[in-house]
Amino acid sequence: MNLNKILKNAFLVVMFGLIVTACATKKSVTTDSTTSTTTKAAETQKADPIEKLDALMQGDVYIGSDTVGELASGVPDRVFFATNEIILTTASRETLRKQAAWLRQNSDVTVVVEGHADERGTREYNLALGERRANAAKDYLMTYGVSSDRIKVLSYGKERPVDSGSNPLSWSKNRRSVTVKAN
Amino acid sequence: MKKNLFLIFLIYSILKPSIGFSLVEIDITRGNLDPMPISVSPFFTNNESNNKIKNILDIENLGSEISKVIENNLVKTGLFDAIEKEAFLQKPDIAHLKPRFEDWALIKSQVLITGKVTHKIINEKDYINVEFKLWDVLGAKMVDGFSLTTTPRSWRRVGHKISDKVYERLTGESGYFDTRIIYVSEEGPKTQRVKKLALMDQDGFNTKYITLGNELVLTPRFNPADDKIITYMSYFRNMPRVYIVNLQTGEQKVVGDFRGMTFAPRFSPDGKKLIMSLAKDGNSEIWVRDLETNIQEKLTDHPSIDTSPSYSPDGKFITFNSDRSGYQQIYVMKSDGSNVKRISFGKGIYGTPVWSPRGDLIAFTKLHKGKFFIGVMRTDGTGERLLTENFYQEAPSWSPNGRIIIFYRETKSDNEGQGFSAKLWSIDLTGYNERLVKTETDASDPSWSSLLGN
Repeated sequence: MNLNKILKNAFLVVMFGLIVTACATKKSVTTDSTTSTTTKAAETQKADPIEKLDALMQGDVYIGSDTVGELASGVPDRVFFATNEIILTTASRETLRKQAAWLRQNSDVTVVVEGHADERGTREYNLALGERRANAAKDYLMTYGVSSDRIKVLSYGKERPVDSGSNPLSWSKNRRSVTVKAN
Repeated sequence: MKKNLFLIFLIYSILKPSIGFSLVEIDITRGNLDPMPISVSPFFTNNESNNKIKNILDIENLGSEISKVIENNLVKTGLFDAIEKEAFLQKPDIAHLKPRFEDWALIKSQVLITGKVTHKIINEKDYINVEFKLWDVLGAKMVDGFSLTTTPRSWRRVGHKISDKVYERLTGESGYFDTRIIYVSEEGPKTQRVKKLALMDQDGFNTKYITLGNELVLTPRFNPADDKIITYMSYFRNMPRVYIVNLQTGEQKVVGDFRGMTFAPRFSPDGKKLIMSLAKDGNSEIWVRDLETNIQEKLTDHPSIDTSPSYSPDGKFITFNSDRSGYQQIYVMKSDGSNVKRISFGKGIYGTPVWSPRGDLIAFTKLHKGKFFIGVMRTDGTGERLLTENFYQEAPSWSPNGRIIIFYRETKSDNEGQGFSAKLWSIDLTGYNERLVKTETDASDPSWSSLLGN
């Protein structure tokens, strides 16, 4: 029992010391990390920061052409989303209308709409989010006359990024749905 | 996979300690920076036994190896400090018979572990008998011990069982060393990650790969009632579905007949039910499937994303995350889907709630101001405590005694994608003793088994 008491007292002393030091270090860690995040974000913008990102992102939706492939000639294969969002932007709707028009002309083609999320969310939630994004695109294609039995959806969550960077621009390219020919 | 992988033949006999109660005790509910000095003497093996065991296992000195397993387990708890074996004054065989306590006190050891390994033949088959004793040096008494007979290749498990006994005797908590971790092994570039299911002992040894990497696999979880059964999600034939696998037979089956992606599976505490999410027409709901009757039932009904369900240990409640409030938050409902209540109200986004095996806490992932935290809160959402902060980490899983949380952490990559890694980490519920869990490859989605059955 004696030893137990001694140990417990020792713990109390140690604990107190710990709390004090923990508080002290915690503060500096937090400030450190906030500054490093901001500098990192600045780094990704590189030399001409604002112009470059502005040309590639609107809000946080990617509007550039890097990584964009074609479903058919002149028909982009993918649309991009804002963080945590499934709303189709004006540009996305235009792309999907082009896809729908092409699919109407090529009625033997079936497609898979793959939904993707960026790496900044939990795996399971992102699977659901990818599914939602793919369905948002599918629904729009259906509105423009493509029958639902020609469109499958497949969510990859955050499992298949196209850009492997860890910065806002990379993440914006990864928040996407991609229409892929299935036959 | 070898058929007998999980078979272990044990014969216990308890060695009677000379006194009922130990004088040595550790309180593990506090962060502990003053570990207890402990000596783990190499287990003694006579020449004859040693030669025979060497032939079977190709291990030079099994007794010494077993003592290393124990020492490694105990030191990693952060509660014990192992004294260098070079400082030991007494030989292993004599120490095991009757330690000269003054010698052990002299090197500041408070606790001594000794043991003996003997080769045996039973029904013409090879076995090892391992005897172990736990000594209180200051009280000059043996406080615990047992003797155990098993197949030679289960020798690491013997070390884990002894570690569990020591931990239980000195902390009053149940142990967690004779357990396994199932996880996703990751290799290759970020854009084309190859993922395989992998299984290893809790201390990182005996890694076995359960799938080959041909299809994407995610979120394996142990059945808490049967450590030979796991559930996971696979993209086999591009149809993302939840599967159940019997690790012993290799038998595998898809769960239910759902038209849509099933994901985020977890067993009920009794192993008789499986909860998971089903995504259909863009909406994810939580379903339960009774594995005996094959009856499945939808538990949530909301146009938001409802996922990551986890049962309370009594099976009466389910915690899950939902973005029905606009962002991911943690909810608790009765296991029939009624009485849905939001419990997380702090700043930030909350996900992956996992109920502690003790029932009193829920571990979670939190995203706040661009940082990811692993934390715990009480089951009514009060008492939130963040244990660790990093660039990215998630997927907490509890040790079976509810003292430690294992999770995975990803590092940031540069613009070329370099610098990325995914590793398993563990941390004490106290918020101390954060440790990298070594794996052969990069790793994610860990799930901790219950204490292994035979």
